[in-house]
Amino acid sequence: MPAINPKQVSMSKQQPAERARNFKEVALGYTKEEAILEAKRCLGCKKPFCVEGCPVSVDIPQFIASVMEGDFNGALQIIKSKNSLPGVCGRVCPQEDQCEKVCILGRKNEPVSIGRLERAVADFGKIGIPVKRETNGIKVAVVGAGPAGLTIAGDLAGMGYQVTVFEALHKPGGVLVYGIPEFRLPKIIVEQEVEYIKTLGVELKLDQLIGRTFTLDELKKYGYRAIFVASGAGFPKFMNIPGENLNGVYSANEFLTRVNLMKAYCFPEYDTPIKAAKKVAVVGGGNVAMDSARTALRLGAEKVYNVYRRSRKEMPARLEEVENAIEEGIAMEFLVNPLRIMDDGNGWVKGLECIRMELGACDESGRCRPIPLKSSEFILEVDQVIMAIGTSANPLISATTPDLKTNKWGYLEADENTGQTAKEGVFAGGDIVTGSATVISAMGAARKSAQAIDQYLKKLK
Amino acid sequence: MPKIIKRKQLAPKIVHIDIQAPDVARTVQPGQFVILRLHEQGERIPLTVADFSRQAGTISIIFQEVGKTTIDLGAMKEQDNIHNLLGPLGQPTHIAKLGTVVCVGGGVGTASMHPITRAFKEAGNKVISIIGGRNKEFIIWEKEIGAISDQLIITTDDGSYGVKGLVTKPLEEMIRRQEKIDLVVAIGPVIMMKAVSHLTKSCGIKTMVSLNPIMLDGTGMCGVCRVSVNNETKFACFHGPDFDGHLVDFDLLMKRLGTYKTEEKISIEKCERCENASH
Repeated sequence: MPAINPKQVSMSKQQPAERARNFKEVALGYTKEEAILEAKRCLGCKKPFCVEGCPVSVDIPQFIASVMEGDFNGALQIIKSKNSLPGVCGRVCPQEDQCEKVCILGRKNEPVSIGRLERAVADFGKIGIPVKRETNGIKVAVVGAGPAGLTIAGDLAGMGYQVTVFEALHKPGGVLVYGIPEFRLPKIIVEQEVEYIKTLGVELKLDQLIGRTFTLDELKKYGYRAIFVASGAGFPKFMNIPGENLNGVYSANEFLTRVNLMKAYCFPEYDTPIKAAKKVAVVGGGNVAMDSARTALRLGAEKVYNVYRRSRKEMPARLEEVENAIEEGIAMEFLVNPLRIMDDGNGWVKGLECIRMELGACDESGRCRPIPLKSSEFILEVDQVIMAIGTSANPLISATTPDLKTNKWGYLEADENTGQTAKEGVFAGGDIVTGSATVISAMGAARKSAQAIDQYLKKLK
Repeated sequence: MPKIIKRKQLAPKIVHIDIQAPDVARTVQPGQFVILRLHEQGERIPLTVADFSRQAGTISIIFQEVGKTTIDLGAMKEQDNIHNLLGPLGQPTHIAKLGTVVCVGGGVGTASMHPITRAFKEAGNKVISIIGGRNKEFIIWEKEIGAISDQLIITTDDGSYGVKGLVTKPLEEMIRRQEKIDLVVAIGPVIMMKAVSHLTKSCGIKTMVSLNPIMLDGTGMCGVCRVSVNNETKFACFHGPDFDGHLVDFDLLMKRLGTYKTEEKISIEKCERCENASH
């Protein structure tokens, strides 16, 4: 047996200078040959830690074994039995903190690139139209067609339930269509995965805002025996600093929704406009901040600053995305906090006044508190500011459902293992329970809840 | 798909449509709005529900052809489908028995005011309606508003019908005569709502306005519709659209409404149908 290559097979990407000006996908993915080569690095552990590291417990060594033999269809079958959205997860999961983090190979060498392999399987694998199970006639409602909602819909339909997903927007996918940009997750991938879930028998109802069009109690009245609430993260947060309502200040949600969901980068072919600015400051250190900064660049900005109050080490964004952003020319302003947004006199942004920070005492989790450095104020001359500092709970569902309980931040209280809320027959998962988190953690919660809902409904019978 | 079942031209560039939308008609309350999109490349725009029939499952929308989407909507015919329709959205207007309520409607705002006026009347209030327009041609829903008001006053800017002047004129006279007014509701152009609120603030008459900022998703997710009320930022799509007129920063609202002025022009210039409509 030849020695295992200590390094991962690298994946080609569009060159930074070129990609920073287009919306096409940055990472080009493995070729079949590259995927097979990378698959051969897998040790095929008897007790695979990677599976434990995966929130939805994909049989990773098994699918990699199929890839090794060049059987992408078989590999896809294996992944799909646990994960309805491999094309999405292969692209946006933080594998470095999950499956790849615990890969045995990673102790001395680079871990197997499980994420890239998953993507290759989704790219090359084909799966026949699944045999639609005869439904058992028991109706289940899912609120929100984002990662959690789509996952549980697929799972429950697979168990025979008659599932209807209610989505407020005009397109299914949630954050996958309004939030994550085309260059990181092509929308065609999301569409294909949604189509697959529909072939399982899931009904999608768009333009339905639960809490307004129907309340949860009405859904119950209409015969939905169980409800899974996965309505997402909610309201965008602002900093409450002067000037935040000036023209040219966007929440990341608005900025990304205009570009991704509404295709404002194709204005005027598409009707929704966006202001393309010359100099942009994006505030925040997560993936959404990176997505916003890189989107601003692609809209033609000459200079994009990323303003973050801690240092690079503390950034919640994926390392890969931070590297991509830096390669593309985003100017990272670490240990900097905005104080106010400046008015050009006509109600538009002309600058962002900031102050430099240093890291002070650290909390139990090791996260250090940023403290302002006296007299270090300075001005970034920008004509657009994008706030990417997180979200807060949208209270619509809790306000219209009196017997649901929320925590002090307004997120729904739900059992960690089952998603059971305070209201009988109502389960919840994803960002509406945890606050902003990852696609895969929402999917993991949905997967657990699918089992719990199945058990609950079986007891009812 | 929601279908247009009736279309009626009310005035130049002001159109009334009835849409078959049973899910919206079932629960919509006075003061609420919908968001619609007309085609795959379309934008999402908010429009207030001017009337509804729970029985027939229909809602009425009255709009002015001012931008690309409203011009496109105005060109649609009966039996045409609305691509996407989401609603009802926003908090319903707080209706109570207060005594005398003056409902002030300007332009198409008159139609938005209609279900609110009716609800205040049904709640047992004395309702005085003031509706205004540029000239006689632009006075809409006179009969409908008249039927649900104890008194109806009409104003036109040029005096071609009713009282000559702005809607604030008869209101000002009522205040001068020290008539008892428990609440003023004003819906119309921002400048009109600002003028009404300014007038009533000086004499402490509670005033409610319905704000119409730019919106995108309409569910609270994007924050573009933020308005400043009592120096606090609120999302009009979620916390509103009704707010205390004495606390609203109308100048900010006007500035924010102008964000995409340039793009709106480009959009209309690009569109043939819009060109025809603007001639």
